[in-house]
Amino acid sequence: MSAFWLVTIALGLAILGFVVGRGRALSHAGGDSRDLHSLPNYYGWNVALTSLVPALGILVLWALVQPLVINNSISGNIPDTLVPEGSTLSLVMSDVRRVADGLDLAVAEGALSAEDAQSMRTEFTNVRDRLAEVGVALGSNVTAGTLAAAQDYRSATYTGNILRTFFVLGAALAGFAYAFMSTHKELRARNLVEAGVKVLLVTAASIAILTTIGIILSLIFNTVQFFRIYPASEFFLSLTWSPSFGGGSELGIWPLLWGTLYISLIALAVAVPIGLFAAVYLSEYASPSVRAFAKPLLEVLAGIPTIVYGLFALLTVGPLLLSVFGRDGVGIMQAGTAVMTAGLVMGMMLIPFVSSLSDDIINAVPQAMRDGSYGLGATKSETIKQVILPAALPGIVGAVLLAASRAIGETMIVVLGAGAAARLSLNPFDAMTTVTAKIVSQLTGDADFASPEALVAFALGMTLFIITLGLNVLALYIVRKYREQYE
Amino acid sequence: MTDATLDTGGERRASHGSLTAQDERTKRRNRAEARFKAYGIAAISAGLFFLCVLLVSIITNGLTAFQQTFIEVEVFLDPEVLDKNGNRDPDDLRKVSTFGYNPLINQAVFDKINSFDLDSPIEDPKQMRNLVSASAAATLRDSVLEDPELIGQTLTYQLLASSRVDGYLKGRVSRESIAEDKNITVEDLDLVDQMVEAGIIAKSFNWSFITGADASESRPEQAGIGVSMLGSLFMMFVVLALSLPIGVAASIYLEEFAPQNRFTDFIEVNISNLAAVPSIVFGILGLAVFIQFMHLPQSAPLVGGLVLTLMTLPTIIISTRASLKAVPPSIRDAALGVGASKMQSVFHHVLPLAMPGILTGTIIGLAQALGETAPLLLIGMVGYIATNYPEGVASGFMDPNSAIPAQIYQWATRADPAFYERAWGGIIILLVFLMTMNIIAILLRRRFERRW
Repeated sequence: MSAFWLVTIALGLAILGFVVGRGRALSHAGGDSRDLHSLPNYYGWNVALTSLVPALGILVLWALVQPLVINNSISGNIPDTLVPEGSTLSLVMSDVRRVADGLDLAVAEGALSAEDAQSMRTEFTNVRDRLAEVGVALGSNVTAGTLAAAQDYRSATYTGNILRTFFVLGAALAGFAYAFMSTHKELRARNLVEAGVKVLLVTAASIAILTTIGIILSLIFNTVQFFRIYPASEFFLSLTWSPSFGGGSELGIWPLLWGTLYISLIALAVAVPIGLFAAVYLSEYASPSVRAFAKPLLEVLAGIPTIVYGLFALLTVGPLLLSVFGRDGVGIMQAGTAVMTAGLVMGMMLIPFVSSLSDDIINAVPQAMRDGSYGLGATKSETIKQVILPAALPGIVGAVLLAASRAIGETMIVVLGAGAAARLSLNPFDAMTTVTAKIVSQLTGDADFASPEALVAFALGMTLFIITLGLNVLALYIVRKYREQYE
Repeated sequence: MTDATLDTGGERRASHGSLTAQDERTKRRNRAEARFKAYGIAAISAGLFFLCVLLVSIITNGLTAFQQTFIEVEVFLDPEVLDKNGNRDPDDLRKVSTFGYNPLINQAVFDKINSFDLDSPIEDPKQMRNLVSASAAATLRDSVLEDPELIGQTLTYQLLASSRVDGYLKGRVSRESIAEDKNITVEDLDLVDQMVEAGIIAKSFNWSFITGADASESRPEQAGIGVSMLGSLFMMFVVLALSLPIGVAASIYLEEFAPQNRFTDFIEVNISNLAAVPSIVFGILGLAVFIQFMHLPQSAPLVGGLVLTLMTLPTIIISTRASLKAVPPSIRDAALGVGASKMQSVFHHVLPLAMPGILTGTIIGLAQALGETAPLLLIGMVGYIATNYPEGVASGFMDPNSAIPAQIYQWATRADPAFYERAWGGIIILLVFLMTMNIIAILLRRRFERRW
């Protein structure tokens, strides 16, 4: 039974449970709700939650555990002789899964009967051709071992799904029966429901932890796999990036890191002065009406999706720069996509980020410090330069670091605006590429997930994750440590 | 400053002729003041200038996508070609591919030109294919398959002009730019000029851009954003259905129930870190967990929605906590005072009062998710041509689709510049959606915001 129907049945059971649970409690109390321990609805909720929540919990757990168990048991059964030279077990497993998915599709479309799919032998049937008929393209011919493993895989999945149906429905019915039978007028239904709801609240809050764990595990797991088939020293020390899916690629991270840092540097060089001066002007000089008009307009820049900036870089800023610095002008720019293009546009995007963060910090400097400075005869700009900015400095540094982490993690602008060539160059009008852009290019398309060229994206992702996380933590630390505490 | 007065004190005092005249130093300080202020104004103007340039280039480049060039011709649906057996059997009709229809269209355009007595060196009706979109034959074929009785009649069709002709009318293609182009010649353009004057070719509003499906690389004139809009819509359903309840539940726990301990601290650190993780990393997570590990279908709006949910959760949690915090403690105390349990005070009193703020935050989070592109690239919502409408609700969630920003990205990376106009047009549509959502959020805040 599909997950959709299981959820529907469990939901139906829960609604039924609410009605009958409430009814049973009331009838126990002889129809007088004053004799009940809790309000009547709580008895209904009790039955509904007890039948629904464990069932859904099992369903979710099952979705996570079943692939693990099946993968392990099938790959344990694959003999080493089946793994061809130069290939890995995980490659064979992805073949097995593809064949199994193909067989599923063939059965679903009626091209094969369920029995035929399980009894098929490579000696008698060309599996590749049969699957091609239903639109499943396989890269190579299916060996007998792969087919057998795929058939095992299918039967294990089938058994797993039957067990899942059994356990989920069993949990729903058992919860329903237990809660229904225990319903009587003395039952402390409110306390039970509130305890249950609290568990749900804690679970929801823990999803943040689960997401972090998911990110870290998926990065680490694939990065380790990458370093198993590609030497880590090359990745960290090589100065060349030239992936080729045919093999023999050099995957050094330095050209990408350099591109990332260069573009971020240009972006910050645009965003920090403009953002900072804008924040100072808005908080110290601007009249309330100017502030009410300019601040939201600047923040519109932050609300525009990055794909828009990417297109703007590719189609407007790039050609514009090319007409000035290109062959007809200064002659140092080869194509519209370059470090400068991406950096300028990214700087535009970061202006409101710097300005609104600094604005908040400048506003937090107490008025008494300004008044003191004016009282000593300082002008407004002297007050800002010598009193307000030093007081706000830790916060401003924090804001700049956060902006830097945004710039480093930015993807769409560099994918569209920075070009694709990985090179170490000092010319800001050269096309370069970044960590994020290469993650996208290595993981899109029909890449084989077990090849080093695709897996390198996870190592790049790991690098990116660590750098941005480090910058964020540093920013928080600086803000906390050096913040002046005012009354 | 004290040093300065000490050093030059005597001299300065001597130079003070009058209180009404400013001395050198005051003038210098005032100049510095004016300069500093000017920097601020320049910075603000630069920011606003960037915004204006961005909006102007979006609008000037994108508005043309909402107009499309059509050719109005009378096509004779020749029974000799379309139905050789003469029995109008749908199976026989289906055997005639679009190649069978092309000569009819070319002939029709050619006849139309001759009927207007236009002066053109083109003798061969076949060359008319430069003017008409490759999709025109499919349009004709579909209408014939729908109603076989049309065969033998002469009908008036509004056929899509080819993308070069469309570009010429919109100023994207010029006589110089087509020197290397095999798809159109200068004679064709001369002819187009005359056809425009005769009223055969005209631009009209392009509904199929808003409702239609993406088209293959070779026919940009046919590409529309409708199907990927549906993809985005299904994704937003998933995001809303998951992130609102989970986000609200997590915020209620952290704001109202969580004890001050390590576990709570750990959750809070996680949430603030997740808010700063680059979106592409969420794409990697989606690829590794949902597609590689759980084997959910690639390119499906369900997976896209799940990834975007994880990405928007921190935003929603942060704004929800702020609006829960804004509800004054007296409300809670009053509820507890009349005998409500802690849970009742939260769900019956605090939550309803915080609801407008929560909804505002959710809408802003949804708007952010709607415009996000990078994670969608990794879970395969590009490279797929969104040509089919989903057949129902279930297939809407599970079948491969694209999303508005992913579709824009795809058009931006195609070789034919005619797709750029579509990409800008797509951006206008995306921004209209975002603006609407933000305006709703602002109105909600204005209407329901309470100051305690």
